[in-house]
Amino acid sequence: MSTKTTFTGHRGLDHEELLIFERGREAACGVDLPAPDGVASRLGGMDRQGGVGLPGLSEPEVMRHFVRLSQKNYAIDAGFYPLGSCTMKHNPRLNEKMARLPGFSDVHPLQPTSTVPGALELMSELARWLMELTGMPAVAMSPKAGAHGELCGLMAIRAALEARGEADTRTRVLVPESAHGTNPATAAACGFTVDAIPATEDGRVDLAAFEAKLGPDVAGIMLTNPNTCGLFERDIRKIADAVHEHGGYFYCDGANFNAIVGRVKPGDLGVDAMHINLHKTFSTPHGGGGPGAGPVVLSDALAPFAPLPYVTSTGGELKLVEDEQSSDADPFGRMVAFHGQMGMFVRALSYMMSHGSDGLRQVAEDAVLNANYVLASLKDVMTASFEGPCMHEALFDDRFLKGTGVETLDFAKAMIDEGYHPMTVYFPLVVHGAMLIEPTETESKETLDEFIACMADLAKSAKAGDKARFENAPELTPRRRLDETTAARKPVLRWTPPAPARAAE
Amino acid sequence: MRYLPLTPDDRQQMLGVIGAKSIDDLFVDVPESARIENAFDLPPHQGELEVERALSAMASKNTAAGSVPFFVGAGAYKHHVPATVDHLIQRSEFLTSYTPYQPEISQGTLQYLFEFQTQVALLTGMDVANASMYDGSTACGEAVQMAHRVTRRNKAVLSGNLPPHYRAVIDTTSNFAGDAVVALDADVSGGEDIASRIDGDTSCVVVQYPDFFGRVADLSAIASAAHAEGALLIVAIPEIISMGALRTPGDMGADIVVAEGQSIGNALNYGGPYVGLFATRQKYVRQMPGRLAGETVDADGKRGYVLTLSTREQHIRREKATSNICTNSGLCCLAFTIHLALLGEQGFTRLAALNHESACKLAGALEKLPGVELLTPAFFNEFTIRTSKPAAAVIEALADKGVLGGVPASRLMPGNDAVSDLIVVAATEVNTDQDRAAYAAALTEVLS
Amino acid sequence: MADTKYTKDHEWVRVEGDTATVGITDYAQEQLGDVVYVELPDIGKSVGAGDEAAVVESVKAASEVYAPISGEVVEVNEALADAPNGVNDDAAGAGWFVKLKLSDAAELEKLMSEDEYKTFLAELD
Repeated sequence: MSTKTTFTGHRGLDHEELLIFERGREAACGVDLPAPDGVASRLGGMDRQGGVGLPGLSEPEVMRHFVRLSQKNYAIDAGFYPLGSCTMKHNPRLNEKMARLPGFSDVHPLQPTSTVPGALELMSELARWLMELTGMPAVAMSPKAGAHGELCGLMAIRAALEARGEADTRTRVLVPESAHGTNPATAAACGFTVDAIPATEDGRVDLAAFEAKLGPDVAGIMLTNPNTCGLFERDIRKIADAVHEHGGYFYCDGANFNAIVGRVKPGDLGVDAMHINLHKTFSTPHGGGGPGAGPVVLSDALAPFAPLPYVTSTGGELKLVEDEQSSDADPFGRMVAFHGQMGMFVRALSYMMSHGSDGLRQVAEDAVLNANYVLASLKDVMTASFEGPCMHEALFDDRFLKGTGVETLDFAKAMIDEGYHPMTVYFPLVVHGAMLIEPTETESKETLDEFIACMADLAKSAKAGDKARFENAPELTPRRRLDETTAARKPVLRWTPPAPARAAE
Repeated sequence: MRYLPLTPDDRQQMLGVIGAKSIDDLFVDVPESARIENAFDLPPHQGELEVERALSAMASKNTAAGSVPFFVGAGAYKHHVPATVDHLIQRSEFLTSYTPYQPEISQGTLQYLFEFQTQVALLTGMDVANASMYDGSTACGEAVQMAHRVTRRNKAVLSGNLPPHYRAVIDTTSNFAGDAVVALDADVSGGEDIASRIDGDTSCVVVQYPDFFGRVADLSAIASAAHAEGALLIVAIPEIISMGALRTPGDMGADIVVAEGQSIGNALNYGGPYVGLFATRQKYVRQMPGRLAGETVDADGKRGYVLTLSTREQHIRREKATSNICTNSGLCCLAFTIHLALLGEQGFTRLAALNHESACKLAGALEKLPGVELLTPAFFNEFTIRTSKPAAAVIEALADKGVLGGVPASRLMPGNDAVSDLIVVAATEVNTDQDRAAYAAALTEVLS
Repeated sequence: MADTKYTKDHEWVRVEGDTATVGITDYAQEQLGDVVYVELPDIGKSVGAGDEAAVVESVKAASEVYAPISGEVVEVNEALADAPNGVNDDAAGAGWFVKLKLSDAAELEKLMSEDEYKTFLAELD
């Protein structure tokens, strides 16, 4: 391995790249726009004072800048992401092509609906697939992401309680300790208090503890199934029935739908509302952090309260209902401007149509098979947190690292040098130093075998006391470990132009 | 199936290693009553050709904005996006990468977010910005929540000229959070007196700039009135390109600026995905929702970037988070950053000038027509006209003639008789003389 | 030298006259890692024993600091605003969080002495 230094600071194909603000020049520009004709201004004297301060760059410079930046990123197209609860599966390019059809991408949400019947048809068809796959009678399409969908589900529950006159008495929501942070954050945003339910030793909701917490002040439960430990909640029907008997509702976090899509309908499990992450189960690209989409399937009990807007079908004619006056139902309000993430709807439908019901069932089966293969292959060299098979993700904890001086974080960073994005670490919080591995169905056996061998080798190294492999990792990446403490103590969140030299004072 | 690498042999081998006889053994925890065998009313898998045919058929039923004279705005605008943008955002390393939680292998994403945050602060005249929210309307809702946190009050006062969707979003979140909302009525005349509605219980005043009707007005007096009572001024910008020509909200005393960023880099997409911009003053940094990319150094002393101030977020603070938000608008942000990098100072200010000019030309042509009255004397690229016939019918009739002439205010304010003859008209750099002539001709016919 | 008392949540309190100084223990700061920010209460705020008095943030976590005893906030450690690392450097002394005007000295008896806290810590690991 070469430690050669270079004059430029670049290292072969790995280029250092400044900010656009440090490269720009006033006289450069990456577009050619015609000069204005000089028509009289009607800005009413509200002209901008002073320049904006943007850097000027030609097109070749912009291209090279962003291409170089892209080369510093890991991506699913390039490598495996064993990220638990993220479902990093392959993003088919057909979906990108379909989303860019002008009939989908170049239409405005407020054009007369008579000019976009195909858009309503797309939304309606996607809704049909979602309802059919989940066995639920209704779906709210407008939430812009999974967390937004959670908010939608809880707002629908609150609206249903208000309609029953029980919104002031039912204020407590039960949430497992293992839940993702969005669950309690969302419940709190809706005015609920959160009551944590402990887990049993085999990683599921403690049914007795749960039942003890039920009461007339319970609005409902928020459950993830399979749960964040990658395990199917065996008692889910009992839990659903118990919540309903006590007058509460069952919100299901659908982040892990990839484990059961095509094999289990959440509607058959007693769910009242479930958000679906189109960017997880249905392959819309993660895009470095977004955009996502989080439609929410709803039971008959909650359907009347679905937010605006929604598409109705009467005798084959599709209609977009955008306001309360035109609605026959009791929508709890509106969560976002316009109609939802159409661009993600097209991608998701393209994915669903490609797989079909048979393909989607195979997706869940291969996802579960891959995770169990990893679990079975690694449980003797790492510590699996729970006995028995998992669903689509396998949970390990740091007991196998005890006494080695290597923490979960160091283990993860060493994986980076080996060419892998680390698995999810320190989540769920219910085990110490959690390592959650979700391979997804789009990984080959060859990839898994290489990964398993690497993880086993790392575990062996750690136990043999080879701390050097871990404590400074990663060493082979464009940047080494970064100082997050200083970044948080003294946040620098933007480039600032250097202070101009002072004029003679 | 082309996306599934496992072969039947692979599956057999793997089951052997696991010690299961069949895949069903791994689904043993599923309750009997919930097990299904092919009970879906859905078609089986299809190849690319079939999927393309089906979706193309749906898409071809829609009238694309680029195929007709197009003047629809009211919160989303048609602009030309250079070819470089869409090419770059489809690079694997941008399109298919995850959130940059492992900064050592995500410097590409983190650096463009840092550039984006800088661009947003510069455009709006504010100190700091976040790495984006879902869209302008939810960013506005989050701004109101932030103002409640900062002022420890919970009453928001909304201009009547906020877009109805934004008001609805604020109403919905406030209703569930138990917060109060005072909303004025829509007023196209520009005579709204919002300052008189601010008192010691007000946490924030929310105005749109340019407003829903396209009107441009000085916000300094409203800022002063709000500050005098200890309230914050939140300004929402529907058309971010206006910042290339108009005085910034930061310059007029805004405390939080939110915007819909779609106009830069992003297609209309029938309403989403879009990109919400969120900017504020330095002193409120720790109260900002959403992701933040920050500058730091690595173990070798080299400058790099990380997500920072994460303790505000849901995965750590849980119930006490500043917001439940998980995603930002990633790829839409990137498109924004690239487009604005191509435009630069010269291109951006010229683009703004062209937009304003396009609207001036159109306004000049339409205001001369019998039956048309121009109601917004000062505007950027959007204005409101009053027509001699009900606006909704006029818009449908124009569509029949192949002109998409704008948004009838009644579409967003149904049941409000005062606006039933108003059309909000947008004009951008994509409109040609022919487009404007076609609009004028069609409108003349429709109103005769 | 005033006696220092401890809570099970790793806060310490030291009384001089009717003013109690509150902070977190060295064990707590080590568990937290680098402190990046401290959220302090307003002067004049009344807190009951066990109420949240402050929040201490590291890069990856935020922890509540609970008032060991009831009182009114009379002073907060402003130095921590610019230098939150003060908590890591000297948690037991200069890294104090708030000073409270005691409302009920008897509450101190419910807390652990230094020896009792040391024993408590030994049992934790």
